[in-house]
Amino acid sequence: MKLSTLLATAVVALSAVLGGAAQAKEWKKVVIATEGAYPPYNLTQANGKLAGFEIDLAANICPRVHLECTFIATDWNGVIPGLLAGKYDAIMDGMSITPKRLKVIAFSTPYTQSPSTFAVMKKGPLANMPDTGKRVSLDNPAQMDAAIKALTPVLKGRTVGVQVSTIQADLLNKYFKDIMTIRTYGKTEEHDLDLYAGRVDLVMASSTYFVASLNTPQGKQAEESGPLFVGGLLGQGAGVGLRKTDPELKALFDKGLAEAKADGTLKKLSLKWFKTDVVPQ
Amino acid sequence: MFSSVALLGFGQQGWGDQLLLATLMTLAVSVAAFLAGIGFGILGAWAKLSRAGWAHVAADTYTTVMRGIPDLLVIYLFYFGGSGAVSTLAHLLGAQGFYGINPFMVGTLAVGIVSGAYQTEVLRGAYLAIPTGELEAARAVGMGRMLMLRRITGPRLLHYALPGLGNMWQQVLKESALISVTGLVELMRQVHIGAGSSGQPFVFYLAGFTLYLVLTTASGGFLRLAEAHSARGQRRA
Amino acid sequence: MTEIDFLADTMRRLLVGVPLTIALAVVSVACGMALAIALAVLRAGSRIAEPLVRAYVFVLRGTPLLLQIFMIYYGLGQFSWVRNSIAWDLLRQPWWCAILALSLNTAAYGSEIVRGGLNSVPSGAVEAARVAGMTALTRYRRIVLPIAMRQALPAYGNEMVIMVKSTSLASIITLMEVTGIAYAIISETYRAIEVFLCAGTIYLVLNFLLTRGIGALERRLNPQLGQAAH
Repeated sequence: MKLSTLLATAVVALSAVLGGAAQAKEWKKVVIATEGAYPPYNLTQANGKLAGFEIDLAANICPRVHLECTFIATDWNGVIPGLLAGKYDAIMDGMSITPKRLKVIAFSTPYTQSPSTFAVMKKGPLANMPDTGKRVSLDNPAQMDAAIKALTPVLKGRTVGVQVSTIQADLLNKYFKDIMTIRTYGKTEEHDLDLYAGRVDLVMASSTYFVASLNTPQGKQAEESGPLFVGGLLGQGAGVGLRKTDPELKALFDKGLAEAKADGTLKKLSLKWFKTDVVPQ
Repeated sequence: MFSSVALLGFGQQGWGDQLLLATLMTLAVSVAAFLAGIGFGILGAWAKLSRAGWAHVAADTYTTVMRGIPDLLVIYLFYFGGSGAVSTLAHLLGAQGFYGINPFMVGTLAVGIVSGAYQTEVLRGAYLAIPTGELEAARAVGMGRMLMLRRITGPRLLHYALPGLGNMWQQVLKESALISVTGLVELMRQVHIGAGSSGQPFVFYLAGFTLYLVLTTASGGFLRLAEAHSARGQRRA
Repeated sequence: MTEIDFLADTMRRLLVGVPLTIALAVVSVACGMALAIALAVLRAGSRIAEPLVRAYVFVLRGTPLLLQIFMIYYGLGQFSWVRNSIAWDLLRQPWWCAILALSLNTAAYGSEIVRGGLNSVPSGAVEAARVAGMTALTRYRRIVLPIAMRQALPAYGNEMVIMVKSTSLASIITLMEVTGIAYAIISETYRAIEVFLCAGTIYLVLNFLLTRGIGALERRLNPQLGQAAH
């Protein structure tokens, strides 16, 4: 593996030398990866077409910066390696900007920001957990300790479902690993199914996700519960994921997003899809 | 029950047309992968039967590795590794940026290469089953290589290999479901999308189940006809 | 961290999943084989059961295992009558769903292999057993099944290898076997190729050992073949 990586690097370096210094790339067409299964950010309709906040947002900002954007649906699992492997040029999938992800990819400025929280069955034993609706910042250790102390007796020995490689999975692994059994799923809808089926006692996701999922016929059996976690490893909101080698593309997305924010489009789309204003301040 | 029927119906609100399109995609990617598999199988069988030692070792390694690691991993390796390789090649030729290979190609190649490992054995077995007497007789009457291939080796090989190849086809058809992880909207992925979006997974799983059964049954019948046809040819000869 | 360190660390973490992978494979092959033998014997011996067994084999062999796993795990869990039954104690656990799906699947393939083995039992051996006064059950236990299984072993060995590979699908229903752990590592490091290569190596080694083991067993069961087995 080491050899092949070396070889690939050498080849790329060589071609850069032969082809002259790497020129700033002129972006015209951009392929954006999305899950198509993370409502209301992105979802797939019965006619097979993608829809959702991010689909509308891209349709709004791409023309502003003269980009022709197309979406392709891909699994969340492996969406970053896919970007790095050049399968597509950008990711719009409700992906939070975190220090960990910033080590490997770049992000545009954020377009939504929302806390992470739990959802439980309304009629289950976990309804009305302590600190429900209270904001708890991971940057404030005293506040976090108090919240965990209050939750521990309720959550001890429970099983929690969470989507793989998400900030919520990171949060659970860091703070709740010794309290609960953590089960990871490829898709958020799968942990929802297991919540309704009773295989997990609670799930954790972004509160923007619960806006949509708790509003489905099955989702009405469940409700948000527990504190609203913000800050720390949860990052600064969701943005467009990009390769670090494409600063020109980042500049274009940043420009488009800034314009959409300035003229109120971002807020309008937020109210349309999330029923509330989740535009980062 | 009524709502389930509506869910699978056609038109704006139903998933029926999407499911049918996806079934066609499954068929298309399976055919492509199967043909690729035959290609790899012929190469593999040829290498295993050849007298060159290196060819033998290469073919052995190929079949051992492909039959030993999960197909899911092979697909992932092609998915993530494939465009890296292609991009590297493109860079070598002086081009810039990334060059992806699309999910259809990834699926075709990955499932084809795995299937090729099994087809290598099928084809090798079929070749060895050809009575040497027939080959000698053909040579004795002065047939050239091409004529022999067309009149004797080809038909005989097909006859002996057909049952095994039939199994391989069914295998490929089912393996194609794993390609769903690359984002290609074939039947399995469509079933999954429908299941997730509607919140009624069982309806979609059942629909997918039925459509796969239709595909395997229909193609199974077709294969039996082909087998009967090739056997008839044998008797006449 | 250098490349070698990364690979070594990945290997170490993946190896933690090996016991679960092996357990899944062993338990489902064992359950599947028992079911396969029962199905094959039923099919050979009962006119009523014959079409039912054929239908079972047809359905299970005609659909992807991935879909079968989803159906059993997410599909069944959707129905409240399933959730209120005693079977739910097992079905609510991903482990048992995986075992169920893998066993039912391999039993369909296995029963065909065993059927081939049963057909190869010389009728003389069965007649001799009957003449010797063995009951049907004893006949099966002492004569028919041992001969049939010996005949079926090479093909069944291939099926076992396939089962080891199939356990990788259990990761989809949250089980942290080798592939599940591979996903987890990729979600931290975003290095899919290296991690999947390591995982692939583990499966390759497992299957290599399995193939060797079956080969040794074959030679033991067929001593007349000796070392010169082709």
